[in-house]
Amino acid sequence: MIVQSEFAGVSTLAVALLGAAIRGSIPYMFVSLGECLTETSGRINLGMEGILLMAAMTAFAVSQMTGSPWLGALAAALVGGLLGLIHAVLTELPGVNDVAAGIAMIIFGGGLAFFFGKQFVAPLAPQLPVFDFGGWSSNPAIRAALRISPLFFLGVITAFGLRFVLQRTRWGLYVRAVGDDPEAARSMGISVRSHRMAATVIGATMAGIGGSHLTLYFPGIWSEGISGGQGLMAVALVIFARWSPLRCLAASLFFGAAQALGPSLQSLGVGGYYLLNASPYILTLLLMILSSSRSRKLAGMPGALGARV
Amino acid sequence: MTTSLTRALVQGRNSLESIAIPVLAFAVSMVLFGGFCTLWGAPFWAVFGSIYRAGFGSWYAWQNSLVHAAPLMLCGLCTALPIRAGLITVGNEGAFVIGGLGAAAAGLATQAASPWVSLCCMAAAGIAAGGAWIAMAAGLQYFRGVNAVISSLLLNYIALAVMLQLVEGPMRDPQSLNFPASYAITQSHQLGRLYHSRIHLGLAFGVMAAVLSWVLIERTVWGMKVKIVGGNSRAADLVGLNSGWLILAAAFLGGGCAGLAGMVEVAAVQGRASHAIAAGYGYVGILVAFLARQSPLRIVVVAVILGAMLASGGALERDLDLPDASIAAFEGITFLVILASESLYGRIPWLHGMFRGMPQGNK
Repeated sequence: MIVQSEFAGVSTLAVALLGAAIRGSIPYMFVSLGECLTETSGRINLGMEGILLMAAMTAFAVSQMTGSPWLGALAAALVGGLLGLIHAVLTELPGVNDVAAGIAMIIFGGGLAFFFGKQFVAPLAPQLPVFDFGGWSSNPAIRAALRISPLFFLGVITAFGLRFVLQRTRWGLYVRAVGDDPEAARSMGISVRSHRMAATVIGATMAGIGGSHLTLYFPGIWSEGISGGQGLMAVALVIFARWSPLRCLAASLFFGAAQALGPSLQSLGVGGYYLLNASPYILTLLLMILSSSRSRKLAGMPGALGARV
Repeated sequence: MTTSLTRALVQGRNSLESIAIPVLAFAVSMVLFGGFCTLWGAPFWAVFGSIYRAGFGSWYAWQNSLVHAAPLMLCGLCTALPIRAGLITVGNEGAFVIGGLGAAAAGLATQAASPWVSLCCMAAAGIAAGGAWIAMAAGLQYFRGVNAVISSLLLNYIALAVMLQLVEGPMRDPQSLNFPASYAITQSHQLGRLYHSRIHLGLAFGVMAAVLSWVLIERTVWGMKVKIVGGNSRAADLVGLNSGWLILAAAFLGGGCAGLAGMVEVAAVQGRASHAIAAGYGYVGILVAFLARQSPLRIVVVAVILGAMLASGGALERDLDLPDASIAAFEGITFLVILASESLYGRIPWLHGMFRGMPQGNK
């Protein structure tokens, strides 16, 4: 009897962690896939954190005003694309480097989100419906874990879709060519500018969808700290996913689970509340240190990443 | 034409450009911000009236602006100095917080010593902690190829967590119940104010740090080496400069400035370490550095202007019913415009008409 209940405890914990991985992975997934596309074209968009914040706020506001969370998610995607367009135009200007523009986008997106979001801080907005896969179980932990947002499946489809587009379509080939060797691409008559701008805008649109998850899923509130650096960590994640959409998907699930690690260690009585909450940042930093290299060119890295043409 | 005259003319045009373009960009962002507030229902000119009154309208307003300007100068240097060595870091907020934490720890450990000794220990601890923090990001980029923008932003979150953990734990004043804070620094050991005003010595620190940085960068051999590393690291390697140490040193000095700002916040404003010291000066400092085009002396001027903007956030809320985050929106708009203006260098016809037929100078 005792063995059985202990087994039930462990498996409940595992299910809870799995649920957390699925829930928490969604913003990482969309942002890292968007960044993966952007970086494949040779552009860096460090401003994803600002896009995530602005998209989360927009999704919340539109969902609350129209009563339709789907419109909220759509608006978040549009706002993401719009901010991506600003980044794309800015980085095409002579004398503007990607990194500085990304820093500006973080401050711009965050600033606008805080400005417009002030009036929405207290209330709740209608949330996206969820697939309830846990109805069979009487265990509330399992039922909570298996309440899965449709955005999760959209993210998985996006990952496979992006892989297909980059590997199997003409446009994807052009985007990769532009990111690897813009001079060669140009001499073949491929427009470097239009492919990079398109990749940046589409990538930011994806990030916008990820942002909508932050406010349109339980508990469904908007606050200024809601993204908590997830946009930033997702950009870092692309580096150790080696610019591969499917590895981005796997790394996002890992990060979603890692995010739940702090709270679950606390529930086991491990001390250090703030440091445990900071564990995703520390983990990201450690992974970056492990996966980067000073001299070696990283495998899978677009040849002209962040370079000016 | 003699070479020296040519050079003087090129320099004249370049420095005219490098003042005219940022001023123009700032004016454009003000207009955009005014338009933005108009959408919100605030009268266009009233926005500027409100900002002027709250920033520069009275002696009280001036004091308020200068109190905000002091940490902005130091935080601006935190981005500006490493950039001169070619390293973009944005860990200002983290260095500020860690500097404040180090200063608070040093101050609490030296309460028995004389105020002078204690304050010197606090300043040294703040500088060392902030400097090491940014040097860490620099070292990770130089030795491991870890992107310093990403790592330094991550370090901002980590710094805040470390500070809160210590303030909640070993350094916690049991009397701070619902708002955890460290024990307070004795009043006599806090940083003094200038001439019975609200302005504290932090402003003097900021101006001194900016002037010293300018001397170091523009007037010493070390500064020239740093600029060579920042301009072309391969050339620096070819002439045998040790780029790694130069980058680390520039990063340490920059981080030390932000750490000193954290020390000032603890020793002159809050009197203790708590969540309240992470007020976002570090993030605004990034904008200060870019608006000043990474020049230490211009940072002083830009910091005063942005200090006034920060000081007017509350006034915009009171007078015109704008959200208090309107200044955050202003910062974002300004950052975008200042970056877009980077593309104007060497392209403005009337600036060029004045120096027709001139050879292209360095940007």
